[in-house]
Amino acid sequence: MTAVRTLPAAVVRGAAFVVLLALWQALAAMVNDPLLPSPLAVLLSLQHHLMQGELLHHLAKTLMRVAAAFVIAMLIGVAVGVWMGRSKLVNNLLDSLLVLMLNLPALVAAILCFIWIGLNETAAVLAVALNKVPTVIINIREGARALDTQLLQVGEVYRVPRLTVLRRIVLPQLYPYIMASARSGLALIWKIVLVIELLGRSDGIGFQLGTFFQFFDLTSILAYTAAFAGVVFVIEAVLLRPLDRRLNGWRA
Amino acid sequence: MTALTVDIQRKRHPGAAGDTIGPLRFALRSGEFVAIVGPSGAGKTSLLKIIAGLDPDFVGTVGAKVDGLGSGKLGFVFQEPRLLPWLTVADNLRLVMPALDTGTLDAALARVGLAGTAQQFPLRLSGGMQRRVALLRAFLIRPALLLLDEPFISLDVPTAESLYALLADLRRDVMPTTVLVTHDLREALALADRVLFVSRSPARIILDHAVNLPKPRRRDDEAVDQMHRALMARHPELLGGLQSTRPEPESA
Repeated sequence: MTAVRTLPAAVVRGAAFVVLLALWQALAAMVNDPLLPSPLAVLLSLQHHLMQGELLHHLAKTLMRVAAAFVIAMLIGVAVGVWMGRSKLVNNLLDSLLVLMLNLPALVAAILCFIWIGLNETAAVLAVALNKVPTVIINIREGARALDTQLLQVGEVYRVPRLTVLRRIVLPQLYPYIMASARSGLALIWKIVLVIELLGRSDGIGFQLGTFFQFFDLTSILAYTAAFAGVVFVIEAVLLRPLDRRLNGWRA
Repeated sequence: MTALTVDIQRKRHPGAAGDTIGPLRFALRSGEFVAIVGPSGAGKTSLLKIIAGLDPDFVGTVGAKVDGLGSGKLGFVFQEPRLLPWLTVADNLRLVMPALDTGTLDAALARVGLAGTAQQFPLRLSGGMQRRVALLRAFLIRPALLLLDEPFISLDVPTAESLYALLADLRRDVMPTTVLVTHDLREALALADRVLFVSRSPARIILDHAVNLPKPRRRDDEAVDQMHRALMARHPELLGGLQSTRPEPESA
């Protein structure tokens, strides 16, 4: 056991992943049913969809929607969250609405958007963003409430301009909250985006999954899922984790 | 020339049973160094906040605008260094002095014994070094008024002495009117031209004592020691905030 504990984290993570895949492969071989495709079959299907099919096109569509909804949700969420965290009045005004939005089912938001705005891109992106905004607000509001008054006083005493206070004193204190929101937000958004594509778009991964569902094509469904999971891992590895490291460089 | 007039009739914290600061009035000449000495919890920090303009909620007036004491010319050194941990030493100083060029910055750091620390994060510096940065930050803006809120407490004596020397050195250039709040009478006698003793809250001035001793002084100088003993002999409960005066001894 001691030997395992001293292994590098990457090796342990990789080993766990391989074991999981092996178990899956063994189980699929035992059951031998098209409704439980083996990882190998999924991989081959993924290759097929990449080379022949339209996976990249649909993946790109979905990613665009994810990116748009993510940016909108983060911008609105951070702004309103800071506002609610710093002003009692604003907090009292918006709190009930926030609780309502937080508990609004994704399906209801999607249906309302599609009916009121139309079956178009704007409605789809807005419906996704609407689901994410309240959770960002909740996170950031907590961060804004916990802002260090002592450091804000430094800005006040030395007459630091408001924008500089925001950039240099306020935002760095909110980074952990923003990063947490970004992580959970990406996860939530991509889950919801697919539902909304299924409901009201004629492209994107969600739409494709709906089509495969009708044919009980589980292999393709898992291949598409794997493609998206891969993208999420890449985003985490090349974007979020380096960003996290950069923002936390000052910690002794 | 009067540089600062403080006339506070009353300061009460919201929800507090009594006043924190009673009628309290004093005036400082331009460039004068006054120490305010009183027991813990006497409202000394509240007084500094009022003078700094951080707390508008009091009855009375503070006239700090006489003699060109305008906006942006206030230096404040807090009890803790209060550097922004996510900014390097250089960026912490640029926060209050955006136009600072590298040459000036390096020279200033070298002068306060911090050569080569410009790119370091504050948490990697010792407590004494962090306080040097905080002192430098206050002097960089060439303040007309300098407020010091027990900045040397919880330091060992040699570190405190070296900071006294640094403070004296920096003051020679800029000559800001200075208010030091402390509960350490030796520190006050080592640094100030005048010591105002305040009572327990509501804080009032119970003794206004001129320190006519040659500078520079150290806290264990014979003259400082003598004055300390003389004061304690005449007003044994002075540091507790009580002004019980014993009859003047013959030899004094």
